[in-house]
Amino acid sequence: MFNLVESLIDAWSTHEQVIWNLQIVFMGIMVSLSCGLVGCFVVVRRMALLGDAVSHGILPGIVIAYLLTGSLSVGPVWIGACIAGLGCGACIEWLRTKTPLREDAAMGLTFTSFFALGIVLLSLEVGQVHLDPACILYGEIGLTPLAPELVLWGVPCGNQALWNMGLVCLATMISTVVFYRFLLVTSFDTSLARSLGMPVASIQYGLMLLLALVVVASFESVGVILVLAMMILPPVSSSFLFRRLPNILLSCLPLSILYSLGGLHLAYWMNFPISASMAITGVVIFLPCCLFGPNGGIFTNTKSLSIQEGSKGIPIN
Amino acid sequence: MFLLIWKRLRCALLLLALFWMPCVLSAAQISSNLEQDWINKAFRFWTFADSSIQVIALGAILIGINCGLMGGYVVSRRLSMFGDTLSHAVLPGIAVGFMISQSRDEVALMIGATFSGFVGVGIISLLKRYTKMKEDSAMGLVLSGFYALGICLITYLQKSSGGGMAGLESYLFGSLVGLSSDDLIPLCLCLAMIILCFVLLNKELLLSGFDPSFARSVGLPVDLLHFCLWILLAFCIVSSLQIIGVVLVSALLIIPAATAGLLTHKMSRLLLFSGILGALTGIIGCFLSFLVERLPAGPVIVLCSAFLFLTVLFFNPVRGILPSWIRTRKRGQRIRCENTLKACYQVLEESSFSSQSFSQTSLARRRRKSDAEIEREIDVLIREGYATRQIILLEQKSELPSENMISLTPSGWEIATRMIRNHRLWELYLTKEASYAPDHVHDDAEKIEHIIGEKTVRELERILDNPRRDPHGKLIPSQNDIDRGWLSPPLVTEK
Repeated sequence: MFNLVESLIDAWSTHEQVIWNLQIVFMGIMVSLSCGLVGCFVVVRRMALLGDAVSHGILPGIVIAYLLTGSLSVGPVWIGACIAGLGCGACIEWLRTKTPLREDAAMGLTFTSFFALGIVLLSLEVGQVHLDPACILYGEIGLTPLAPELVLWGVPCGNQALWNMGLVCLATMISTVVFYRFLLVTSFDTSLARSLGMPVASIQYGLMLLLALVVVASFESVGVILVLAMMILPPVSSSFLFRRLPNILLSCLPLSILYSLGGLHLAYWMNFPISASMAITGVVIFLPCCLFGPNGGIFTNTKSLSIQEGSKGIPIN
Repeated sequence: MFLLIWKRLRCALLLLALFWMPCVLSAAQISSNLEQDWINKAFRFWTFADSSIQVIALGAILIGINCGLMGGYVVSRRLSMFGDTLSHAVLPGIAVGFMISQSRDEVALMIGATFSGFVGVGIISLLKRYTKMKEDSAMGLVLSGFYALGICLITYLQKSSGGGMAGLESYLFGSLVGLSSDDLIPLCLCLAMIILCFVLLNKELLLSGFDPSFARSVGLPVDLLHFCLWILLAFCIVSSLQIIGVVLVSALLIIPAATAGLLTHKMSRLLLFSGILGALTGIIGCFLSFLVERLPAGPVIVLCSAFLFLTVLFFNPVRGILPSWIRTRKRGQRIRCENTLKACYQVLEESSFSSQSFSQTSLARRRRKSDAEIEREIDVLIREGYATRQIILLEQKSELPSENMISLTPSGWEIATRMIRNHRLWELYLTKEASYAPDHVHDDAEKIEHIIGEKTVRELERILDNPRRDPHGKLIPSQNDIDRGWLSPPLVTEK
């Protein structure tokens, strides 16, 4: 019924297909790399679901930007989405600190309301325009090669979507390297960071801005919810393999290459959407890491636990 | 014309109230009998004339009550994002249910969805128990993983089976319009189950939610109760999924319960309130989406409940943000007033109460503030009726500015003596009973003097045996002194 080998080779058989698929794969790598890098810090701070919240919260920003300017061009949409994403994050922070609401309730309340506002505006005003809600929910990375060509000073420079994503990916990498120290200390020990004189609150907001930027850049290709998968899967999988944060950050690159290639071929093989099959590839890679990972995998974990229990005689729960 | 204005106004108000953002609204088509039309529509809705309106309104109310009741438990156990996870995790189950039954058979879809929601919850608790993963990463993983699987399966089914799958996408966004009376049966069933469970297991659920270790030590099957709650939650989500969609189900779980949590701290009342709020927003959202064309009911219901939440958050008379801000402001103003009056007393005391009034510059010197600041403080006192001001011209040296003389009214005098008494009594109490050093007590007394009431002052006087002198040797004014005129009362009568 399915021929694995054929579907693997088919995708790379002709010259056009190689170019077409390379663009998709490259896009996938950049999306999951930038999501993964931001995701590492987000997961470490136990704010994993914030990615979900912000990625839903940008919807009204996109719709309002569209309504104001009447076009889906990159500039206004990105600005609107970034403002909405930051507004969503600030709302959550305000509700959490200034009202009796708990963090989870504040998060759930804010992002669902933002999302509902976005949908209402969308259905009221945009109607049948190609800002399709389903597309926002699961994106279409497969259409990357159809993006218009970027022309700089009359010289064609290649796919515009790729350039946009590439810039965001570069910005993420640079800011991760530059602010690595600050991000590291504030993630693990806020009081130490404060005593070292680091601006903890502004680092928090800076991370949120980066998160919003990455989410906005990638939602078009992988959709609102699968951004969350791309954000959580790399750090969580590699945390079973490595102990130190730099290793986990570095392992995002090979993981994102695997996700992208695996997702593409799974999609060709089973006729799935590419973005969803990237997430499924991620889950498939996560499973062995979680079961057999040297750093706290389920099977390795129980062994070391029982040794500790035997040697110390203390019940560990 | 009226409808146009009304539509614009309402949308603008809703948006402004929610996010203070400007919005652009396109002009609606104007027909001749719009006024009639609008009233007619409202009348038709609220009399439930059509059977379709009956079904839709009933469905919205039922969903509101179901989600509100379940949400009360979910939010109070800090599991708000759990509802969101569960509502995404049921997606592959729906696809599998369809694959097995080969039709949109309600029962098969529901069994599949409940089962897959359950697998999701199971995976979360396994990951939490056997690995070092934190709850939020585990939830995010299950949410996105199951959702991706669900989308893949649904896309695959749509591509392979053609038109038969047309309805499955409605699980993503939901639609109230296509509701038939058959769809109400699972909702009623779910409501009955929830109420039955809550009535029978009220005490057990309460205990296991708020203090699981105590509940375990009493011998309650805590895990079983959790399990029971998950089944109910999954059933509640699955039954409302088709009507309002994946994302907005979690909104209906969280928002009414969070609103109720602002109003009360008692669990039974919280459940009642959040059920009522859910039903209320359900019917209002339905009405709005019935009035305005193209307005989808689910998001409007969510926006209504968010609006209610914000209203309660800001205007709730007990703990609302606006009332408590006003209270804080008033208290601050009172304390500033009392501090100025106290300084007035001290200025008069320096001159051994020889005169009724004192100059504004002496007060400024006493408080170590600029003349302009003192001027403002005195203005406040005069506005409140605590003091009066006379302008006295110094005749000989006309190049000097005129001098303002302040005198206190009886009510101002009373507050001033009371503050001084509170302050000095507290200082004495700290030195005598708490053995503070005399030079350490001032700051503490400075804060407490505004707070302690008449009753505490009597108690202090009794403990300290009606003292006359404070630790710094100054007189503590008592009611007796003022009554007999030993301390000079002001001669100015209140205006």
